[in-house]
Amino acid sequence: MAASSRAQVLDLYRAMLRESKRFSAYNYRTYAVRRIRDAFRENKNVKDPVEIQTLMNKAKRDLEIIRRQVHIGQLYSTDKLIIENRDMPRT
Amino acid sequence: MLLRAAWRRAAVAVTVATGPKAAAPTRGLRLRVRDRAPQSAVPADTAAAPEAGPVLRPLYMDVQATTPLDPRVLDAMLPYLVNYYGNPHSRTHAYGWESEAAMERARQQVASLIGADPREIIFTSGATESNNIAIKGVARFYRSRKKHLITTQTEHKCVLDSCRSLEAEGFRVTYLPVQKSGIIDLKELEAAIQPDTSLVSVMTVNNEIGVKQPIAEIGRICSSRKVYFHTDAAQAVGKIPLDVNDMKIDLMSISGHKIYGPKGVGAVYIRRRPRVRVEALQSGGGQERGMRSGTVPTPLVVGLGAACEVAQQEMEYDHKRISKLAERLIQNIMKRLPDVVMNGDPEHHYPGCINLSFAYVEGESLLMALKDVALSSGSACTSASLEPSYVLRAIGTDEDLAHSSIRFGIGRFTTEEEVDYTVEKCIQHVKRLREMSPLWEMVQDGIDLKSIQWTQH
Repeated sequence: MAASSRAQVLDLYRAMLRESKRFSAYNYRTYAVRRIRDAFRENKNVKDPVEIQTLMNKAKRDLEIIRRQVHIGQLYSTDKLIIENRDMPRT
Repeated sequence: MLLRAAWRRAAVAVTVATGPKAAAPTRGLRLRVRDRAPQSAVPADTAAAPEAGPVLRPLYMDVQATTPLDPRVLDAMLPYLVNYYGNPHSRTHAYGWESEAAMERARQQVASLIGADPREIIFTSGATESNNIAIKGVARFYRSRKKHLITTQTEHKCVLDSCRSLEAEGFRVTYLPVQKSGIIDLKELEAAIQPDTSLVSVMTVNNEIGVKQPIAEIGRICSSRKVYFHTDAAQAVGKIPLDVNDMKIDLMSISGHKIYGPKGVGAVYIRRRPRVRVEALQSGGGQERGMRSGTVPTPLVVGLGAACEVAQQEMEYDHKRISKLAERLIQNIMKRLPDVVMNGDPEHHYPGCINLSFAYVEGESLLMALKDVALSSGSACTSASLEPSYVLRAIGTDEDLAHSSIRFGIGRFTTEEEVDYTVEKCIQHVKRLREMSPLWEMVQDGIDLKSIQWTQH
């Protein structure tokens, strides 16, 4: 399998951020968005294709986790936090 | 206790807000949260409709009491709650085998976080049970030759209570005092060790003031004097690097729900080389190497293992972030409010647990005023009593400052917005309460409160 291209990495990054913004819990949502941004930024200079592939595979597994947990969060959603109505809707 | 009674009265008096969720069962405390302070910055839309205002949950800043489940942990647990429900001790079918495999995988994850061998990890129902096993188990096993234990005055209630019950069985216990910084004096520890001391128990990070004890040095002292060293690492595991071999730890208690894992599970690390013998507390079928009988709860231990693995990966990132947020909180509060004291040594300190005393303000009234933020003064297990915390008393805090202490907890999921909001509300309410306080008025007039004769008889 060919090593992941820059386009694929960016696609995965965008998909993960898009999915993370759907968390209904404020703390999970803000953590996921922040962590994904920081993790991709931290690894942006990795050159070794094997390492890139390993990171991509882990990210794909994490995307699946996010999808499932977003769904569960929506099934059991509750009231918003006191600071949510004053911020931007998706912090 | 007063706080909870008032809360319950308020809950009965307030009507449940109707809306699109009316059909769903009512979960969580549905209290209307309206800020009564006249100069509040709450936007107009929430204050506009007093009967049907939005019901909003408070911010969670009490991570020392418990932590939310990390989504990655819940994701690891769910298969074992839905489909893979076998008993890990069933040896004859696939349900048992897959459950056992998951349990052993979790054991490896926990062991790897603290540098131990998986055979040295015993799953329990939490750090309280782990502390009981470690302290009572070791003391009772060696009771024929060793009758003395050493602990500190700032330990968690379960450690102090276990020691007290051992005293009733005929053991002698030395409760080491702590210095003003909250850290024990190593020379006092050395002096306290006697020829018949079996165990020294010192917690790694204190749950009330966040102080880090010099574990590596204590381990070195204990190992040189051939005394077992137990540490209650419930607040430290997964947050600061721990290695049981580097730090010469013989027993360690681990709690699931302090590291973003599930409640009701924990582990105790019991060294095998050289072997530490422990008398089992719970009798039964001999599970967990005979040290803790009972079916191991696979979903919970899988959660604990996943939490440990996530903690190992995220430790550096979390620590950096939490340190920055803690710095922000402390600097902003201390810059804008006078007479605020941070309890505990500022250097040997875990940043995520901040205990501040606000002079001339009563702690409980500040907590009630900060109803939009979930905080605590002192530990959850002592919050029912009206006495100020014994930990604060042990570090020599004045009685009045001890009553005005609040513990701020910053965790993996805490945001900068939450910290800023907490700081704003805290400053606002402390100023307001001080305005109402006659003691504050006297201090402003230059009267020295210590010189006042309060009673005439």
